[in-house]
Amino acid sequence: MHPFIYVAPRTLDEAVAVLEQHGERARPFAGGTDVLVQLRGGRFDLDAIVDMKGVPEATTLELNGSLRIGAAVPCYQVYENSAVAAAFPGLIDAASLIGGIQIQSRASLGGNLCNASPSADGICPLIVHSTVAVVRGPQGERRVPVEEFCTGPGATVLERGELLVALEVPAPARGFGAAYQRFIPRNEMDIAVAGVGSALTLDTDGTTIASGRIALAAVGPTPLFAAKASAFLAGKPATPETFAEAGEIASTEATPIGDMRGTAEHRVELVKVLTRRTLAVALGRAQANR
Amino acid sequence: MTQQETPVRKVPVACTLNGQQTEFLAAPYQSLLEALREVVGLTGTKEGCNDGNCGACTVSLDGRIVDSCLVLAAEVDGRQVDTIEGMAPPHGLHPLQQAFLEEAALQCGICTPGFLVAARALLEREPHPDEHRIRLWLAGNLCRCTGYDKIVRAVQRAADETT
Ligand SMILES: Cc1cc2nc3c(=O)[nH]c(=O)nc-3n(C[C@H](O)[C@H](O)[C@H](O)COP(=O)(O)OP(=O)(O)OC[C@H]3O[C@@H](n4cnc5c(N)ncnc54)[C@H](O)[C@@H]3O)c2cc1C
Ligand code: FES
Ligand code: FES
Repeated sequence: MHPFIYVAPRTLDEAVAVLEQHGERARPFAGGTDVLVQLRGGRFDLDAIVDMKGVPEATTLELNGSLRIGAAVPCYQVYENSAVAAAFPGLIDAASLIGGIQIQSRASLGGNLCNASPSADGICPLIVHSTVAVVRGPQGERRVPVEEFCTGPGATVLERGELLVALEVPAPARGFGAAYQRFIPRNEMDIAVAGVGSALTLDTDGTTIASGRIALAAVGPTPLFAAKASAFLAGKPATPETFAEAGEIASTEATPIGDMRGTAEHRVELVKVLTRRTLAVALGRAQANR
Repeated sequence: MTQQETPVRKVPVACTLNGQQTEFLAAPYQSLLEALREVVGLTGTKEGCNDGNCGACTVSLDGRIVDSCLVLAAEVDGRQVDTIEGMAPPHGLHPLQQAFLEEAALQCGICTPGFLVAARALLEREPHPDEHRIRLWLAGNLCRCTGYDKIVRAVQRAADETT
């Protein structure tokens, strides 16, 4: 492995300065569960690693109706916070299935997003929660909707010197529910063959869907927002028939490839099944949240 | 490397290691696993995969289990690290170690320190986990010899015996 220095800034400005100085030869570091593996695998070389865990904005988890998840907050802090777990079960679905306990002690949702893997489990639930990524760089701060953050496998909108500060998840509206599920051949510790995140908000009548959001993992170059299936849900009754039809539409938005984990056909079928199932779970949570 | 070279100096690390204040020098790109084994000389923590999949390198960092192959040594400055070497009391064995022996929960033993450190963390949090919980908690630890049943039984036995 090419030798790199370890930098532990205390402020965002310091972190941005180091990243700007080194450009592609430096990377932010949260849990390291992707970046250290990739470095050892020879995917790239670095001159500097910038540990975000000493930067307060990146390490705080703040629940105030809305939820602000610092970019370096490890998964366990998200799911062990009972108030967060109660208000955002759809995020907990993902935070509690990334890796095993050892990985969850370190892995962050911010790192999951910035790593931009097509099969990342954390990104779909963030998308269906309409999460905004707060980005800081040499030019100051900008805000990017999570569904626009990843631009290809391992690629993001981040420019030289930019870093992710935090994820801002809006307060769930009354009647909102969300869920994430993936399919893996094992029970745990595996990479998604396909994953689906769904969210819906019930109308005041409690049976009609006011609006919905569906996002798909491992069936395209990035986790993707299924715009057509999402739009279809608005105004429909919250029934198994509606969910099945949403799954059919979502499956047409998937552009999967076949690989060692599954064929493209298998993935398309999985999108249908997982969309139905996650919408059903989201409905239960929406009803509990009225 | 053709790119501009940043001088890479070793960094001093001071941590509480198995209850004792310990200081050592590590390269900034060195993993905690490598530093424990090759700098500090504690070889109880094992390397299986070196990429976070097997859990053989599990240690406790500020009371949370982590894969030490995915932690940089430089990160543990000022923190508390507990390894398998700190598990047994001065005379005798930890109840989990005793139970692993009695249940024959190991063969080659490479995975054992990781399983023990992980299982201890579970029992400290939840003294009476059921089988499902034990299997889920230990999903980040792989064993290619035992088939897991004996390991799960050993953890249950240790839990029962330390009521
Ligand atoms: C054994 C194992 C099992 C795994 N299981 C799963 C799984 O089930 N599901 C899943 O989705 N993933 C899984 N992963 C992958 C990984 O754990 C996750 O993607 C994790 O969320 C990454 O978070 P991290 O904090 O460790 O990221 P890091 O490795 O620290 O960073 C990841 C990337 O994001 C960049 N980055 C980090 N923080 C910032 C920031 N603030 N600003 C800009 N860029 C930043 C880094 O430079 C790097 O490129 C697994 C990994 C391992 C080793
Ligand atoms: S050696 Fe660290 S997880 Fe395998
Ligand atoms: S005893 Fe050999 S790997 Fe577990």
